[in-house]
Amino acid sequence: MIRLQDITKVYHIGKRDLTVLKGITLTIKQGELVALMGASGSGKTTLLNLIGCLDKPTSGSYYLEDKEVSSLKSSELAGIRAQKIGFIFQTFNLLSRLTALANVELGMTYAGGADRRLAIEALAKVGLAERVNHRPIELSGGEQQRVAIARALVKNPPLFLADEPTGQLDSHSGQEVMSILVSLHAEKAITSLIVTHDINIARYCQRIIHIKDGEVVAEKDA
Amino acid sequence: MKKWLGMFATVWLGVATHKLRSFLTMLGIVIGVAAVIALMSIGRGAESSILSRIQGLGSNLITISPGSSTGAGGVRGGFGSSQTLTLEDAEAISQEVPYLSAIAPSYSSSLQVIVNSNNLNSRVTGVTPEYVQVYNLQTAEGDFISEYYYQQAMKVAVLGSNVKQTLFGDDDPIGQQIRMGSNIFTVIGVLQSKGVTISSSDDIILVPLTTLQQMVARTITSKGEHVVSSIALTVSDQQQTTYVGDAITTLLRDRHQLTPDADSDFRVISLEEIAGALNQTMNTMTLLLGAIAAISLLVGGIGVMNIMLVSVLERTREIGIRKALGAREQDIWGQFLIEAAFLTFSGGIIGVIIGWGISLAINYTGVMTTVVSPDIVILAVSVSVGIGLFFGFYPAWNASRLDPIQALRSE
Repeated sequence: MIRLQDITKVYHIGKRDLTVLKGITLTIKQGELVALMGASGSGKTTLLNLIGCLDKPTSGSYYLEDKEVSSLKSSELAGIRAQKIGFIFQTFNLLSRLTALANVELGMTYAGGADRRLAIEALAKVGLAERVNHRPIELSGGEQQRVAIARALVKNPPLFLADEPTGQLDSHSGQEVMSILVSLHAEKAITSLIVTHDINIARYCQRIIHIKDGEVVAEKDA
Repeated sequence: MKKWLGMFATVWLGVATHKLRSFLTMLGIVIGVAAVIALMSIGRGAESSILSRIQGLGSNLITISPGSSTGAGGVRGGFGSSQTLTLEDAEAISQEVPYLSAIAPSYSSSLQVIVNSNNLNSRVTGVTPEYVQVYNLQTAEGDFISEYYYQQAMKVAVLGSNVKQTLFGDDDPIGQQIRMGSNIFTVIGVLQSKGVTISSSDDIILVPLTTLQQMVARTITSKGEHVVSSIALTVSDQQQTTYVGDAITTLLRDRHQLTPDADSDFRVISLEEIAGALNQTMNTMTLLLGAIAAISLLVGGIGVMNIMLVSVLERTREIGIRKALGAREQDIWGQFLIEAAFLTFSGGIIGVIIGWGISLAINYTGVMTTVVSPDIVILAVSVSVGIGLFFGFYPAWNASRLDPIQALRSE
């Protein structure tokens, strides 16, 4: 599903070059549920953004479903994000002026068009059937993240990426969100990658990849 | 279709979320378009009312005035200052130039007019009986100067409606006597008012040309011809106006014994030419008014750009989210561009309604005639959309170029 070969990423900040990723090579198979762990500044979010086609590597190659994507144009990358990748973020990133339903529909807008029935179904799946017309401000953090999950998964992407999905949630909501992710993964066998620094979250996953200072330092099956 | 609905929903969301801001953005365009519509309608209205007044005189009218005189030392007087036109010229024209329906030589002089205690300094015009046909005049009361009065050089006068009002008020003037210079005239008729035209017939006193010539000195040229101050004539076939004008010029130059390289000592003007010249002047004025209004439209456009730039900044995070969800650069670009165009288009429509309303209100007060022409409406609306697209271009481009990762991180 995902194959990374000697991926490096260098940021130019002023006159200094900051090397965030120093040659990452890893493979994630179809249907795996993987945790990406590391301290802040280790490069794990940068790696996730590269895998999510939000960014391009400085060097190295990235094969997504056996297709080299690291050299694609930005509009082609946008197409891949629209069709193949579902994102959720630590800060939920819902549009505050839209209802839960409209937020989920937004997930389909760039992937062929909104479908209200599918959006309602997706919200029901994360346990928010009663909350479709609520705005994010009227929802708890856990509920907001569940809306975000529905938005990411409503278009049935083959790849699901989560950046610290429980980072802003209390442990109870965090566990709730994780169990939803795990059960959805079990149901649809979507290849999933979850970035976290919390070992309790990583334990939900089948495989844990540790990153430190831009390099993979350890890999083990959970 | 679904895609367009989605696009419209997105744009509507952007507009509706910030109602006050959207309204203020529109306001600049509303005022600009309303100003364009109202001012252009005033300009067009003035144009059409002046043209219709000229048409009222008859566009087949040709007037001949004396040329400029060159006095001692080469000082040139204005047109009409010399005494080069004569009654005999008029007779020659009427005999030799085809397509004439009526010809009216006249001689004007300013005279002191006294009735009882009323005293008026008025332009008195000596005319021939055909004068009424040429200038399309009618008498409201009494009769016009007849062939008999003319031949006999009788002391009779026909008054313009304003003159009658000044001298006699609401009294019946027919048969009354008025004093002009040292002569006593009998009023035989009053002209129907024609309203304001380029040379109003409401303010004149008409007397037989023969009578006036006897009263005023220096009306005989060295060749023994009778000086007139203007010759007006109507052409029976309007198509032939230019031909008739040329024929008159040739004839008069011949009669006045001008060498081929000399300037004509008279001037032939058809009303068509005057109308054309006036039309051009009015067009220029209308354009000028429109240009002033267009400046406010431009300022409105800059306002749109300003607001759109702010809007893009404020919605950076939204743009990041949309990009993460798979929006391409052209999707974001289109969203903001259409939003700007939508704002200015709506502003344009509202502006048209308000401008039209203002124009109707002005018309209603009767101070001025206004004409809202469809071409201006279409122009104003399309220009306002164009302004949205033009001034929305850069902000939209800015939005589309945002880096999704940085955009997502912004507050």
